[in-house]
Amino acid sequence: MNNDTKDIKKLIIKQTLKLDCGKTIKDFSLAYETYGTLNEKKNNAVLAFHALTGDQFITNINPITKREGWWTFAVGPGKAIDTNKYFVICANVLGGCMGTFGPKEINPETSKIFGTDFPVITIKDIVAAQKFLLDHLGIKKLLAVVGGSMGGMQVLQFVSLYPDMACSAIPIACSASHSAQNIALNELGRQAIMADPNWKKENVTPDKGLAVARMAAHITYLSKKGLQEKFGRKLQDKGSLKFSFDADFQIESYLRYQGSAFVDRFDANSYLYITRAMDYFDLENQFNGNLSNAFKNTKSKFCVISFSSDWLYPTSENKEIVIALNACGANVGFVEINSDKGHDSFLLNVPEFLKTLSEFLNSTYNEINNEKRI
Amino acid sequence: MKKEFKIISKIIQNNKRVLDVGCGDGTLMEYLKKNQKNDVRGLEPNKNLVQKCIAKGLSVIEGDAEKELIQFPEKSFDYVVLSQTLQAFLYPEKVLNQLLRIGKQTIISIPNFGYWKIRLHLLFKGTMPITKNIPYDWYNTPNLHMCTIQDFVNFCNNKNIKIDKSICLTNEKISEITNKNMSYKNIFSQLGVFLIQ
Repeated sequence: MNNDTKDIKKLIIKQTLKLDCGKTIKDFSLAYETYGTLNEKKNNAVLAFHALTGDQFITNINPITKREGWWTFAVGPGKAIDTNKYFVICANVLGGCMGTFGPKEINPETSKIFGTDFPVITIKDIVAAQKFLLDHLGIKKLLAVVGGSMGGMQVLQFVSLYPDMACSAIPIACSASHSAQNIALNELGRQAIMADPNWKKENVTPDKGLAVARMAAHITYLSKKGLQEKFGRKLQDKGSLKFSFDADFQIESYLRYQGSAFVDRFDANSYLYITRAMDYFDLENQFNGNLSNAFKNTKSKFCVISFSSDWLYPTSENKEIVIALNACGANVGFVEINSDKGHDSFLLNVPEFLKTLSEFLNSTYNEINNEKRI
Repeated sequence: MKKEFKIISKIIQNNKRVLDVGCGDGTLMEYLKKNQKNDVRGLEPNKNLVQKCIAKGLSVIEGDAEKELIQFPEKSFDYVVLSQTLQAFLYPEKVLNQLLRIGKQTIISIPNFGYWKIRLHLLFKGTMPITKNIPYDWYNTPNLHMCTIQDFVNFCNNKNIKIDKSICLTNEKISEITNKNMSYKNIFSQLGVFLIQ
């Protein structure tokens, strides 16, 4: 990747953060963006967490990649997470590669990039780092924490760490602990990167390995039906099969494109570290084998959302969260949205989903404002 | 709001925790939340209705009562409400046991199959009764286990379920069911509402 992240907005965190692995970090950067305006009461802030390959540029054109932000469908003026109304905060995760402290930064001790000398981080570390940002912005209470996939894991971790800091919590298409299948798929990606001869070498990057990792992962974000409908057995060039290993089929060509476009914007070591953080995520284990304990003191109102065709974080795993919340009497709503678009549904234009998101946030916003009037 | 919900909301005391099983579009929940400061939750199998509830700021879980009730802890609600749905379950007795386990008290309403119009329909027409309250044909009805007010009371007695209140509804008129007027009410009521534990 060749992203120059020098000029993007960063907070240098002076405090010490003790990581789960035992190491401590300080004076580290956290790159972030905000959208909309924080109101006088400071009660309209929404903290959005990005997924594995996302970044802080949640909407509008990403100034580094020149592409649309990853959640443009959901965030913006007049959209579900309405930036005319809410103050949206999004930070690049610890271990990321869009300006936040991560493996592509220079290690001051060796004056070389960290690479695999970077400490192993967890979802808890990722969330704790973002708490510093909230302190810096002077936000004591959030209207909502929201995120899909790994973003949803951060939502769950956030409410368990800070039970009275969010009026509402919206974990989308996620899980409270990574399943064997999730870990297996992440390991596949990591092995693809590590098998690239350029991995761990100076001045070159394991582009082939990272591209293969992305291709494999991309399949898991879609549904069989969605793939079949979009690509079927359609050929890339109109003619017939070429009897070679070129990309005969459109789906092959599509995946190759996804892989090569990804290496331009993402760091292979970040991919290793962030997938590791996801694999290590086990909220149930953090709370002595009882997930309900994670939410025991929560004051947040929850809206858990899953998608019917998501086989990566299926409805059943989202429901485990709902069950744990119910078991401790938390305030929770849950809906499974019908969609053929697989796990990626949360990033796409799925009207029923965006409507639910918009209306839930809106009702929370109205509720807290009405309460104050009384 | 329909009369039945007025009866139910009157039974429910203010500031109590309520679970509405099969809450539909959340009409009753909304009323209880706004007017009686109840802490309300809902369970509803229909996605569209769940979304409507969420839009109103109501915490409703999409799911089927026959599968989902098991997740709620014992006596975690002051009241569990089940409105005109008992007869639609595959195993009404199992559902009822779950309701009694979860709620300190349970409010249950049943369309009365002993209503005189239903009796006459079967007697004279010889076909499965179709009425305003039970508008389905036998082959597409969701109502698998219809019962009468008398059936329900007998059931409660047999299972040692305590009936704290029994109210019936006829043409929008509300009255109490007692041991004395039971046979009469079983003929002339369209709906029975029971507070049980």
